[in-house]
Amino acid sequence: MAAPANAPRRRALRFRGDLALAIVVLTPSIVAVAIFIYFFIAYTFYVSVVKWPTLLPDYTFVGLKNWINMFQDMRFRIDMRNLVLYALGFMTQCIVIGFLLASLLDQKIKSEALFRTIFIFPFAVSGIVTGVVWRWLMYPSAGLNQLFSLVGLDFLKSKWYTDPTWGILAVTIASAWQFSGYVMALYLAGLRGISHELKEAAAIDGANTWQLYRRIIIPLLAPVTFTAVVLTGMGSIRVFDIPAVLGTGAAFSTDALAFHMFQLTFQSNKMSSGAVIASVMIILAGFLVGPYLASLQLEESQ
Amino acid sequence: MTFQRAWSRGAIYFVLIAFAAWYLMPIYLMLITGMKTFDQVNIATMWALPRGISLDGFSQAWVKVAPNFKNSIMITVPAAVISAFIGSINGYIFAKWKFRGSNTLFMLFLVGMFLPYQGILIPLVQTLMALGLYGSIVGVIFVHCIFGIPITALMFRSYFAGIPNELVDAAKIDGCGFFGIYRWILLPIAFPAFAVVLIWQFTTIWNDYLIGLVVVSNPRLAPVNVAVQNLAGTYYTQWQVQMSGALIAALPTIIVYLALGKFFMRGLLAGSLKG
Repeated sequence: MAAPANAPRRRALRFRGDLALAIVVLTPSIVAVAIFIYFFIAYTFYVSVVKWPTLLPDYTFVGLKNWINMFQDMRFRIDMRNLVLYALGFMTQCIVIGFLLASLLDQKIKSEALFRTIFIFPFAVSGIVTGVVWRWLMYPSAGLNQLFSLVGLDFLKSKWYTDPTWGILAVTIASAWQFSGYVMALYLAGLRGISHELKEAAAIDGANTWQLYRRIIIPLLAPVTFTAVVLTGMGSIRVFDIPAVLGTGAAFSTDALAFHMFQLTFQSNKMSSGAVIASVMIILAGFLVGPYLASLQLEESQ
Repeated sequence: MTFQRAWSRGAIYFVLIAFAAWYLMPIYLMLITGMKTFDQVNIATMWALPRGISLDGFSQAWVKVAPNFKNSIMITVPAAVISAFIGSINGYIFAKWKFRGSNTLFMLFLVGMFLPYQGILIPLVQTLMALGLYGSIVGVIFVHCIFGIPITALMFRSYFAGIPNELVDAAKIDGCGFFGIYRWILLPIAFPAFAVVLIWQFTTIWNDYLIGLVVVSNPRLAPVNVAVQNLAGTYYTQWQVQMSGALIAALPTIIVYLALGKFFMRGLLAGSLKG
């Protein structure tokens, strides 16, 4: 009857065999991620420093020449300006509207589920559909302007995305329509995580609603705000669908990096120039994702 | 006090209803536009209700986008199912078979969720050409499955991490191996995770524009969102056809969202890594 003594050891061996099997099963995914994400990123950077001016690959090393040309390119500079304006407009709307709606929904509202369903549903709608509808909603001689005229609010009329200077901000209205419900869902989950005892304790200490939000709720929701900033920031860097529908506007006033990259690479066949913009987008995304993933790792190790 | 309270409750409902109207306005506009007959469609009376119900706009848009709608089904359903299956295995390994460096490896996977696709498009197209997948629906499915690896692994890992290890250990003692635990212990209780992942992948892939645009150059093989965008470009004046096409393209994901909203919500939170 030696079996009972041997059994744990055999199980341990079996376990080690199963662990090896697990790693083997995971390997195809590891290889896919290594190639399609990491190797491809590296390859894009490589293409940005070689000649490759047309469809035919040309791997002559040219250093930072493509980068310098790109940074002097007028359209690229406008794209960077548009990115800053877009990010500011998009983040502000999503965070302010998302927080406002979440706070209101947290006030024991009747038919909360119905409101929540309505606020989040645009996230189930594609960027293209959003762009098509908002193009007509913000069409200068129709849509919202017409509605404003009907109800006597003519002072609200705007050129929207056709404005040669601020058109890009009109684009963010459409994107925020689509995404602010998501941010609301994040804030609502955060608010539901704050204990009632804490709110009651603050009320007993004589805090009014404003102080409660200013001193307790907003600081406690800082991690949610950080998440919202990262997600909306990522959305700003990669925005493509809505400008693809609305067009690049007069003098590229509603152009975006992602769209410029697409046109250079797949319509003008300027591979290396396209690769420079792609690399810029990766670097910008890295600034956001790096701290975000680091913060998650900290949370997990705690 | 009660008067003040009633007033503030009223104000809260007023703001909520105003925002609800704002979020619904585009759907309202698409619906009333699609239901108008062609002689009623006039940009000057955009907001007027239709006189009677006609399906002219929808039927003309459907003729234009129907083949692409079918393409989108051919792309989205297999891609969502395959990536959910891959995700369930990967998530199972990351949750229950920890090895040295597996958490770091998982973090390296997650980076892929935040990658702007432009960053990899050039080598992607070259690779697909070399594999003979460029320009085909299979190519689009392949790409969606690859880029679905990070998010599906994340969602299943979170779900399986919530299953007590004791259950897995007990199964090991009973003689279950790597596949046995997956098949007999985790798979039978993984329905909610599959629902969340399938809905998330369905929505993401259905709503994709960029991958469909870049990987498929033939407009007849393109997914529905590419067709809607082409419609918007070609039929510039027939805006009611554009609107109807847009609503047709949006319908499947809206229906899924309304029918299975609970799982959709969980996907939202998981997608932000905060699930």
